[in-house]
Amino acid sequence: MMWKWLHPYANPETSYHFAGKILPWCSRLAFIFLSIGIVWALLFAPADYQQGDTFRIFYLHVPAAMLSMGIYLGMAIAALSSLVWQLKLADASAAAMAPIGATFTFIALVTGAAWGKPMWGTWWIWDARLTSELILLFLYLGVIALHNAFEDKSLAGKAAGILALVGVINLPVIKYSVEWWNTLHQGATVSKIGQPSMTADMFWPFLICFIGFSLLVTALICVRFRTEILNRNSMRPWVRELVMQEENTHAV
Amino acid sequence: MQFDSFSTFLDMGGYGFFVWLSYGVSITALALLVFSSLSSHKKIKQQIVQRQKRETKLRQAAEQQKAQAQPSAEQSS
Repeated sequence: MMWKWLHPYANPETSYHFAGKILPWCSRLAFIFLSIGIVWALLFAPADYQQGDTFRIFYLHVPAAMLSMGIYLGMAIAALSSLVWQLKLADASAAAMAPIGATFTFIALVTGAAWGKPMWGTWWIWDARLTSELILLFLYLGVIALHNAFEDKSLAGKAAGILALVGVINLPVIKYSVEWWNTLHQGATVSKIGQPSMTADMFWPFLICFIGFSLLVTALICVRFRTEILNRNSMRPWVRELVMQEENTHAV
Repeated sequence: MQFDSFSTFLDMGGYGFFVWLSYGVSITALALLVFSSLSSHKKIKQQIVQRQKRETKLRQAAEQQKAQAQPSAEQSS
């Protein structure tokens, strides 16, 4: 049943056009949500009673950290389906996700350092949460390097996929590091089961920022996924016709 | 609104440097990612177009050569 439904999306041409259709909507919505969310976070959200205005870093740091793990999970699922079912499109989507995930990991680390300096008195400390997030960045960089290391894209996808799957072990380590080890990093605020332990006037701007960043990630995945499809199918007639048509309409 | 004036907004309760560093780096990194994603999409399309143009040029040249070669062959016979 599910395979029947999924089958047309295994066709690169259909997927290319599908990604192209949702792309403008995702980018518009991302722009709206992020504008509202960031203005709210900077101007209207209250300062924390302990952390003062540094709490405004929270609205970037937490969505970026959550997405850095979410994108990795998506990439690992894509890598698994590519290795098991030989789906070429899954390889393309994994290759599309890696640089986006790496950027969000980088943002989580930098905003974390800029928050740690005034609150803990240090930019960096080798504790469990920070170190495992740094390892996540290196995993992303390894996956990107492997995708670019081979001329043969299916071989590259296999090598990068295996690394991505091995690296999944790092995700629960990041998630539970604040519970398993003594660490400077504070415990979970938003992702607790049940009620999040923060007030509504802090939770709403966070939620809007998080939705905005998620939409931005979706839009970026669409763009990069389309690029990967073109790169892998550049000799196919549909690609040749499509790019020539676009070239002609732009020339006129 | 949490701030009385623009200068208190920039100051962020004394933590201005750290807050603006976070926002600055994040927005720059995301802008670079968006820009590089769009430009590599454009580049791959241009590459494919270039290759096709080269192919049609080569094909035309081969046809021209053939066309030039044939009349001379008829004359000589």
